[in-house]
Amino acid sequence: MQEMVRLERLTKRFGDVHAVEDVSFSVGRGEVLGFLGPNGAGKSTTMRMLTGFILPTSGSARVMGFDVVEQPREAKQRIGYLPEGAPSYGDMSPLAFLRFVGEMRGIHGRELARRIGAAIERTSLEEVANRPIETLSKGFRRRVGLAQAILHDPPVLVLDEPTDGLDPNQKHEVRKLIQEMSRDKAIIVSTHILEEVDAVCDRAVIIDRGRIVADATPEELERRSPRHNALRLTLERERAGEATEAIRTLNTVREVQLLEEVNGVATLLVLPVDGADLGAQVSQLLHGRGIRIERLAVERGRLDDVFRALTRGAPA
Amino acid sequence: MDVVRTVMRRELAAYFATPLAYVFIVIFLALAGAFTFFLGGFFERGQADLESFFVFHPWLYLFLVPAVAMRLWAEERRSGTIELLMTLPASTFEIVLGKFLAAWLFTGIALALTFPMWLMVNYLGEPDNGVILASYLGSWAIAGCFIAIGACASALTKNQVIAFVLGAAICFLFLMSGVELVLAAFRAWAPPLVTDLVASFSLITHFNELMKGVISAATAVYLGTLVVACLIVNTLLVELKKAA
Repeated sequence: MQEMVRLERLTKRFGDVHAVEDVSFSVGRGEVLGFLGPNGAGKSTTMRMLTGFILPTSGSARVMGFDVVEQPREAKQRIGYLPEGAPSYGDMSPLAFLRFVGEMRGIHGRELARRIGAAIERTSLEEVANRPIETLSKGFRRRVGLAQAILHDPPVLVLDEPTDGLDPNQKHEVRKLIQEMSRDKAIIVSTHILEEVDAVCDRAVIIDRGRIVADATPEELERRSPRHNALRLTLERERAGEATEAIRTLNTVREVQLLEEVNGVATLLVLPVDGADLGAQVSQLLHGRGIRIERLAVERGRLDDVFRALTRGAPA
Repeated sequence: MDVVRTVMRRELAAYFATPLAYVFIVIFLALAGAFTFFLGGFFERGQADLESFFVFHPWLYLFLVPAVAMRLWAEERRSGTIELLMTLPASTFEIVLGKFLAAWLFTGIALALTFPMWLMVNYLGEPDNGVILASYLGSWAIAGCFIAIGACASALTKNQVIAFVLGAAICFLFLMSGVELVLAAFRAWAPPLVTDLVASFSLITHFNELMKGVISAATAVYLGTLVVACLIVNTLLVELKKAA
């Protein structure tokens, strides 16, 4: 996989505040990297350094081999950037705004018209293309920001919270757009919406108080969840106690929780030791005792558990 | 140059997209006219020249031009578009220059709209049109200096009101640096050399020369240097925020 973005020990201090400390990672062609972290963790600061809006205190960021500080023009030409909040000039129409951004990027004439047309189509802005941006809804404004970022078909896309404030349909559209574009680009998406990571990202970097606390695929992260491979069992209410006792004797089981009792059935949650696969063992055990399992489901683990554990300093 | 032109066009369009442009032009024309006839005694003087028109320009500019310059950077910072602008592949100086030219051109448009004055004085008598042209150029140059100063003030803050007050105050110092009010503050502690230097910064002295139809090299160099220095300071101020 061709490496397209590389951050090396990127650090930013504002006075005594360490906004970003020693952040290193790289993103390759075809990869969508989810950049996660609580608010104020340093996501936007990192992205601002990568796109050349602010200078790092130390460390470096390279885009397609060009150092953002040493060769800003070359690096910036290769980035499409949606800043946080999707700022744009309210007095302009999307059409005029895109023309401005295109001309600033050195695109002119027929080529510019073609690219503006393509960007407007991809972000479904046709119906508002001639209205002042300040009169548009939040969803449209965000899409204007996206259109501006993809206008020059850059190899690297940096999107700071691209779905923030969108309704579920619009979120779906934006995610689809990101996936469509990911084939030949390197895309970095910051978000604090975890479902988004599952939906679009190949990899997730979690940052907390300026430092990277995890860099893994969403599946790997889910595996770190205490609920990874946990069993959700539904069985007869009268025998729930007996089943709990029996399951607890297994040494691969860490804990059994009674989740609910309704209409004569009980639901148990069986948490494994180190994410062990319990399904066969537990069903055999209960079958041996003549306890009928009405339903059995294996949980994948929850990203938000992992996220919370990682960003609060507690062990995952 | 591409970037400079693109930025300039956008900024100029932005003036006319809001009522600011029209309010500015109307007020400028109204005040320029009123000052000429009532304070300047255009008719009473009985002379076919525009001195009573031009003489008030620096004072009009003092509070009108910072209002034109105040939004140049402060508005970008307030609305967050600065982040978009500065991550486009352009140098800071190109953007600074584009913004300056847009604002300067805008004041030029307002100034050009005073042409009925010129028509009138030519109808009433036989003025020295060379002197009038020099005065127009001088007036526009003063506006350019004020724009460059105002743009620096705008780069310091995201609050347009602060940018305006700061810009007007600095413009006032440059305008008045030949006057005792300002010089006394320096004379108290600085050697005469410094005081003379400050006095030579006075825009009003240079403007008075231009109004007489004298375009001297010293004046041209002074005004040019002042504008270029302000543009460089402006660039540094914007770059400085990047490193902060």
